[in-house]
Amino acid sequence: MECLIGIQGEDFVLVASDMVSARSIVTMKRDQDKMFKLSDKLLMLVSGESGDTVQFAEYISKNIQLYKMRNGYGLSPSAAANFTRRNLADYLRSNTPYSVNMLIAGHDDTEGPSLFYMDYLASLVKIPFAVHGYGSFFTLSVMDRYYKEGMTKEEAVKLLHQCVDEINKRFFVNLPAFKVRVVSKDGVEDLPDIKPTPAS
Amino acid sequence: MSIMSYNGSAIIAMTGKNCVAVASDLRFGIQAQTVAMDFQKIFEMGPRLYIGLPGLATDVQTVSQRLKFRVNLYELRENRRIKPKTLMSVVSNLLYERRFGPYFVEPVIAGLEPGTDKPFIASLDLIGCPMETEDFVVSGTCSEQMYGMCESLWEPDLSPEDLFETISQALLNAVDRDAVSGWGAVVHIIEKDKVTTKTLRARMD
Repeated sequence: MECLIGIQGEDFVLVASDMVSARSIVTMKRDQDKMFKLSDKLLMLVSGESGDTVQFAEYISKNIQLYKMRNGYGLSPSAAANFTRRNLADYLRSNTPYSVNMLIAGHDDTEGPSLFYMDYLASLVKIPFAVHGYGSFFTLSVMDRYYKEGMTKEEAVKLLHQCVDEINKRFFVNLPAFKVRVVSKDGVEDLPDIKPTPAS
Repeated sequence: MSIMSYNGSAIIAMTGKNCVAVASDLRFGIQAQTVAMDFQKIFEMGPRLYIGLPGLATDVQTVSQRLKFRVNLYELRENRRIKPKTLMSVVSNLLYERRFGPYFVEPVIAGLEPGTDKPFIASLDLIGCPMETEDFVVSGTCSEQMYGMCESLWEPDLSPEDLFETISQALLNAVDRDAVSGWGAVVHIIEKDKVTTKTLRARMD
């Protein structure tokens, strides 16, 4: 029931994840952060099997930090995404596969902004906008209609709000709050959370 | 839910007069949902040698990477480019190694023999059984549709321009009768002095 959204703009990537942590029919936590910082300008959003998500995300994050310590420079977004894919694919046919869907958002001086979509089977694609979870069935068509290449931050945030509104209107599971961040040449910036609208 | 039709794909390779062509669709989808329209399924293994990999998307990426690794080592050891028939055997070996837990891809190879520039096409099943033919090979979720199109449109000794038209029409009309393939198409025409790559204007549905 988790939802991850990513939108690539002119020189940034806007990402949002819902904040619900649930088991069976119970919402255990309403302010869960599903984003992991892989490096100064690389962010990974995860959803899927609980436990696997955090374990895999921390494993990748620490290995990427180790690479920077060993070699003196960090991995580019596409290198980090492919490194992650290789690990996930290797684990896929082992005794302990990780069931994790993710979005990797990053910014690089040479590559510019990039958004990568990876499913739990380790298929990797670089796309301008992406959504994981049931939310994708409601929002991808909204993005097909209103997304433009090279959007400004304001336009991207407006599109994100349109997507979250659609989820809250038509998806029967309550996902009121979304954590929103932007990855750009200045690093990772927190934007205000999308909060539930008060009952009128 | 069939593993081979989880992502959906379509690849054709055809021979012409001193040329070969290989074409694929561009859809990356997860069952009924389309995620990307620029997913690469044909990979270059040599200057005039290409392999098309339809099937489960994660294995398309894994097999192309592992195969490129093996071909690179082969070329470093042998100090020459790999021949198409040898590549077919390398792919066959790679796939059969996983006989009881296979990669879910059914590759298609197209290329020109180095030296003679004789056209070569072949296909393999997911456990590496190779099949070399003279006319065309197809692989993917709409293979029956592609067989029908190729059987009726293909004739021997097509020029590169005619081969492009033939393979394009065969692919386009086959994927239009399959829900999980299509959303764009790319064709590579391989001749002895150049490779031309064209993206087709296809139905985006």
